Amino acid sequence: MPIVTTIKADFYSSVQNMIHENEVYGVKRKTPSFAFDKLCATEELCLDYDITVLPPNQYLLPPTDPLITFNLSPEVSIRSKVESRATIILGIHAYDLHAIKLLDAVFTGNLVDVNYQARRSATAIIGVDCLNPWLYSFAASMGTALPPSIFDLWLTDLGGEYLIEVGSSRGQDLSKRYLKTKSARKVQIRQRDKFRQDSLNRYQLSLDRSAQEIPEILDKAWKNPLWEELGKKCFSCGSCTMVCPTCVCFDVQDKITLNLKGGERYRLGDSCMFDAFDKVASGENFRPTGTDRLRHRLYRKGKYMLERWGELGCVGCGRCVHACLVDIASPVYAYNRLAKDATQWPSA
Amino acid sequence: MAISMKLERSLYLPKLAEVIKVEPLAEKEKLFRLRLRDGNRLDHIPGQFVEVSVLGIGEAPISMSSSPTRDESFELGIRVVGNVTRALHRLQPGDTVGIRGPFGNGFPVSELEGRDLLFVAGGIGLCPLRSMIQYAIDKREQFGRIILMYGCREPAEQLFRGELVEWRQRQDIEILESVDRCPLDAAWEGSVGVITTFFPQLNIDRHRTTALVVGPPIMYRYVVAECLKKGIGKDQILLSLERRMKCGMGFCGHCQINNVYVCLDGPVFRYEELTKLKETEV
Repeated sequence: MPIVTTIKADFYSSVQNMIHENEVYGVKRKTPSFAFDKLCATEELCLDYDITVLPPNQYLLPPTDPLITFNLSPEVSIRSKVESRATIILGIHAYDLHAIKLLDAVFTGNLVDVNYQARRSATAIIGVDCLNPWLYSFAASMGTALPPSIFDLWLTDLGGEYLIEVGSSRGQDLSKRYLKTKSARKVQIRQRDKFRQDSLNRYQLSLDRSAQEIPEILDKAWKNPLWEELGKKCFSCGSCTMVCPTCVCFDVQDKITLNLKGGERYRLGDSCMFDAFDKVASGENFRPTGTDRLRHRLYRKGKYMLERWGELGCVGCGRCVHACLVDIASPVYAYNRLAKDATQWPSA
Repeated sequence: MAISMKLERSLYLPKLAEVIKVEPLAEKEKLFRLRLRDGNRLDHIPGQFVEVSVLGIGEAPISMSSSPTRDESFELGIRVVGNVTRALHRLQPGDTVGIRGPFGNGFPVSELEGRDLLFVAGGIGLCPLRSMIQYAIDKREQFGRIILMYGCREPAEQLFRGELVEWRQRQDIEILESVDRCPLDAAWEGSVGVITTFFPQLNIDRHRTTALVVGPPIMYRYVVAECLKKGIGKDQILLSLERRMKCGMGFCGHCQINNVYVCLDGPVFRYEELTKLKETEV
């Protein structure tokens, strides 16, 4: 696939055309932070950002997502409800794209979740390299600071222009339709590689061991006192999971119309940190304490998702590190502590 | 942008089923006989579960109570415990529910052929076990001994009393019944005490026996210990676990135990598998 360049001023006028013809969600400055939102004008777009408050998952898994609609009278009938519109997500960072790769594995693997699949296949992804990483991010040591090859277009800010890697035929179409490009010169590609390399060195937080070792570290950590130390402070508020790009758990509820003649069933985000998440009707709660739930979350991120879907559940974005009200959610802190304990007490 | 895409059938779309018969089982339990509106069989394996919808109220995971060897209808024994089951208990014959599934692995029926089956049911645990008991009765020559231990808290909580009478009359099933306590005015011919009191006198061939155990979590710990004492292999003790399955397909996360999904990898587990899961501690 080709690598091209475009002058920044040209790129932003291309974006204006893109917005005119498509539903485009991009990164906006929302002082003091950044957020994905629907773009109405190209000036709103901000591609030089460190982190968005929430990952762009809402465009693939909306906070409330209708699954079926039903009529109760005069006859009972049910239909599936699958919503999708052609959409462009503009400005996604590599760690969030790694998360989407995991979501793809979860929802379009052996069993296909059509609600996810429909949205996903209607969504074009234009990403950008994160050259100035966020204070709380540790994507470099998770191996997620550079994009997996599931993007349509990928930008790197070279100063006066963007280097653009085309990743798919859909990207090719977008490029042809909207962008004014020139072939990239070798020196520009080398410059991108250098900028990327430099950005990797700018991460403030990092794992002491390699990300591949996390499952092994966790194998020896089930009874580590760290869980209790962190878990007893947990408010079970779910902030860590609400901002997580790989958190996919949901609840399912029914909504009925006021005239009681119909309604819909929808899913909504849920959190394994909530105390009732594992409670069954008989009253039994299988993860009754904050400690149980915190441990489950960090095992899911560091081991279970990898075992089932082939990707680690933590992409190192650092959102949970920042979002936690009592500073206990950090995966990098926990995995580093556990790794140290594993060396100190190999049998623990 | 032109987007080409082929969508599969939504896995969240229930099939409509008609309530054919509602039968009270005990104070809080009713048995529902259902039939799919499209005329198809559900084609389940004993021990699997379905997601039952009362449209407008919600969906709940319920174990199959009947065997696929019977007619095209199927039965679900349901206790009133929450919103959905309360709404289910208001249903009458002719009413419509939604059914998704069957989900989960079910009992390994072909592997059980030729084996002695020791069913251990605690309370409502008889509902899922009944699907396998009926199956074994319908294919009686394919199985060895059939022993049913059934424990309840009180005589009034016994389920399937009519069917128990039939089973007791059969020469080819051994039935041991107990209640934790028996009020003075209750008619009760079984024994009084917890279910594990049957084990010391139990004579079984440990190499031929598979235990199928369904009941409340607390029962598992004690019954498993007794089965092990009898020499039944860890891989021949089968347990069905209850979790809060919302989707039935490994997406929603509610039924996860360590790296296992009860809805996909269970609900039936070998005790051996559970000993490897740190969160179960059976």
